[in-house]
Amino acid sequence: MIWLVSVIVVLMLGAALAVLLLRNPVGAVAAASVVSLALSVLFVLLRAPDVAMTEAAVGGGLGSLILALSLRRLGLWRVEGDRAEQERDDA
Amino acid sequence: MRNLASLLFAGGLAFLLMAIAALLPFGHPPVLAGGAILEQAADQVGAANIVTAVVLGYRGLDTLGEITILFAAAAGLGLVLGRRRAGAPRDPDAGPVLRTGAALMFPLLVLVGFHIILHGHLTPGGGFQGGVILAAAFFLPLLARPGTPVDHPGLSLVEGTAGAVFIVTGLVALLTGGEFLQPLLGTGTLGTLFSAGTLPILYLALGLKVGAELAGLLARLADAETDT
Repeated sequence: MIWLVSVIVVLMLGAALAVLLLRNPVGAVAAASVVSLALSVLFVLLRAPDVAMTEAAVGGGLGSLILALSLRRLGLWRVEGDRAEQERDDA
Repeated sequence: MRNLASLLFAGGLAFLLMAIAALLPFGHPPVLAGGAILEQAADQVGAANIVTAVVLGYRGLDTLGEITILFAAAAGLGLVLGRRRAGAPRDPDAGPVLRTGAALMFPLLVLVGFHIILHGHLTPGGGFQGGVILAAAFFLPLLARPGTPVDHPGLSLVEGTAGAVFIVTGLVALLTGGEFLQPLLGTGTLGTLFSAGTLPILYLALGLKVGAELAGLLARLADAETDT
């Protein structure tokens, strides 16, 4: 139990650092959703399944989706090998 | 000057926190509400899931406040995003994996969403979680085919009706001599689907409202024109 929790906490810290350090905004959004998903597992281990469901659905799913759509709205949605980007380069 | 202001602010905050830590001993006065609710909730409200008994039974007004905040946030976002020009280009359809996956996942997500909403008073989950899953289910087809038309008036109708049902249920309790949003219709048998009085009705209204609101919000965000 304590080892599992330690692994999850280290994973969360690593993902949170990645959010700050990653240059690619898409990667940062993905890392932020990893923090939320790991936190929801932690809530399950703490026997708070209601909170875990909310965290996974709102933090991991909806929040990341809204951040990703905002990136797209701002024109920052750049995935390597993106088709649209290639077309823009070709044009 | 700015550094000095920041230092003053940080110092003041630290002083306040230390004052609170020094004046209030940890765990005193003991909070008794939690234990009392754990003892009484099963008999008073009849919900097998104590969290639901607190969220809708004892703290129904807070939940109404939460959905009001969510409504204000969604309305504000709709205002900021504005409308789309008629000839603006759209993203192309997604690849076959995402399109087939979206078609496969849609019925399952709708089923899971409604299950979580309707069993909110029995098992972990409830209106908010199920509503978010419903919103995700109705957003998936839009992700696969960005041009899919969205029935915004229909979503607004569902959202408004669900919100009205929530408040009317609370007012009925008020008019029949109880408190606002007090559970009605008796408690029923603990652990069965039709138990806990009006709590399942409230959670269904809550789930439909959250789901319709968030689905509309996501659709508007995805429909916004891209700056490139």
